[in-house]
Amino acid sequence: MKDRLFKISLIATCALVLLIMGGIIYTLAKGALPTFEEYGLGFITSSDWNPNPNNEHYGALPFIAGTLITSTLALLLCIPLSFPIAIFTGYYFKGTKVASIISDIVDMLAGVPSIVYGLWGFYTLRPIIVDLGLSQQGFGIFTASIILTIMIIPYATSLSSEFIKMVPNDLKEAAFAMGSTKLEVIQKVIFPSASSGIIASYILAMGRALGETMAVTMLIGNVNLIPTSLFSSGNTMASVIANQFGEADGIKLSSLIAIGLLLFFITVVINTIGRLIMKKLKV
Amino acid sequence: MGNTINNNNIALHIEDLSIAYTKDKYAVKGINADIYKNTITAIMGPSGCGKSTLLRAINRMHELYPEIKVTGNILMKDQNIFKINAMEVRQKIGMVFQRPNPFPSMSIYENVLAGYSLNGIKLKKEEKDRIVQEVLEDVGLWEEVKDTLHKKRTALSGGQQQRLCIARSIAMKPDILLLDEPTSALDPISTSKIEELLMKLKDKFTIVIVTHNMSQAARISEYSMFMYLGDLIEYDLTKKMFTNPNDKRTEQYLTGKFG
Repeated sequence: MKDRLFKISLIATCALVLLIMGGIIYTLAKGALPTFEEYGLGFITSSDWNPNPNNEHYGALPFIAGTLITSTLALLLCIPLSFPIAIFTGYYFKGTKVASIISDIVDMLAGVPSIVYGLWGFYTLRPIIVDLGLSQQGFGIFTASIILTIMIIPYATSLSSEFIKMVPNDLKEAAFAMGSTKLEVIQKVIFPSASSGIIASYILAMGRALGETMAVTMLIGNVNLIPTSLFSSGNTMASVIANQFGEADGIKLSSLIAIGLLLFFITVVINTIGRLIMKKLKV
Repeated sequence: MGNTINNNNIALHIEDLSIAYTKDKYAVKGINADIYKNTITAIMGPSGCGKSTLLRAINRMHELYPEIKVTGNILMKDQNIFKINAMEVRQKIGMVFQRPNPFPSMSIYENVLAGYSLNGIKLKKEEKDRIVQEVLEDVGLWEEVKDTLHKKRTALSGGQQQRLCIARSIAMKPDILLLDEPTSALDPISTSKIEELLMKLKDKFTIVIVTHNMSQAARISEYSMFMYLGDLIEYDLTKKMFTNPNDKRTEQYLTGKFG
């Protein structure tokens, strides 16, 4: 009897989560429907975001571009920073105190609230960008990407470090027993066997970057145009929603919800790719 | 010790070798022994006696783990192996492990040449082909795999994998080949193939093999060491040790009283 009750409550809880998930998708889809009825797929391909009542038109392309550009840039910038840390903690200094201190600190980066990164970016990073003469006000794609980079380093690092640790010791020993140096072992044994796991780690880290909102909103400049250079201002899907939902209604609100729905799908796709790679590795 | 010995016969001269995994807890205690050229020397003893630990000192594998402390000397051709570059030592002293560990990301062909590619040694295509065929013939794998040389992740049996690992080691033309219980993960038929192979290979290499299996030691080795609790209890011609051991503990081990 008790056993059955327990089983039923487990099933109920799981069903509830599915219901919530389904509910979110349903309300998003319902809210986005007017937009897709109005613009069709043109909503995705149009770069015209014009709230002027006389000429009202909404297109999501600037934000899709902003999101993909900042996330991809963050991913690229993140690799040279997180890969060495992963090698350091997962291999060179595996199991040592130094390694555990470093990975703890890196993990702590993941716990810093987004708004704190935003503040730091606004008052510390942005002035540096201005001083360097990269852009006039320091806002823009590049600044936002740097903040995103710092924010996703812990995810990329700790996951890929796990994959590096998982490379069987007997393979490493086999290579050492043939006279390899540590560097050769990294290049020719560790990297080939951990590479798909490392790639999956970066894809999942990118998934984090896609939806990152607060810090990006504070730094990207919030201009509803497709960015033309690294240092021009832009907007991401998340940041345009954060900026504009408060004063939106009607078709504009529906368009913001449609952007939310698209962001949801993009994130799901990216995360699924990452997970599939990991699943193939049986992790 | 049985045979007439002169220095030219000695492949390795082990001198007062001690190994500690944690401070002052010795797994191998002050071992002195000479390993003779072109022979098979078996190291036997119950689990935890230090036999693998001793073997892994010979190609300086312990240095991968900074907590392990090794003291004493090992001379190879009058050179102290602890005084020369560890990578060089490991190229001259090959090792085969308990579990077959071919590189899964490499084809059979690439595995055989792994020692060269890992060390960044470039070879001409003909030379590669020649080495691969030669060593695969040496380990009796050529006929079985010559059609799948370049295929990745080919399904080899455990015994084939282990012969591939031996091929990989001897492709580097080492002077000495160390084997750490190479057949303990294999079935009897694969085991006897490996044993035959080792008896053939001793003409070219000096072989030191750690084994759990007394009858294996009796079958293939000329010399045997018996270790117990980190001490080298007895080291003699295998025939002598198995028929008339000097030490009571050796006799007890060989007659199955412990182990």
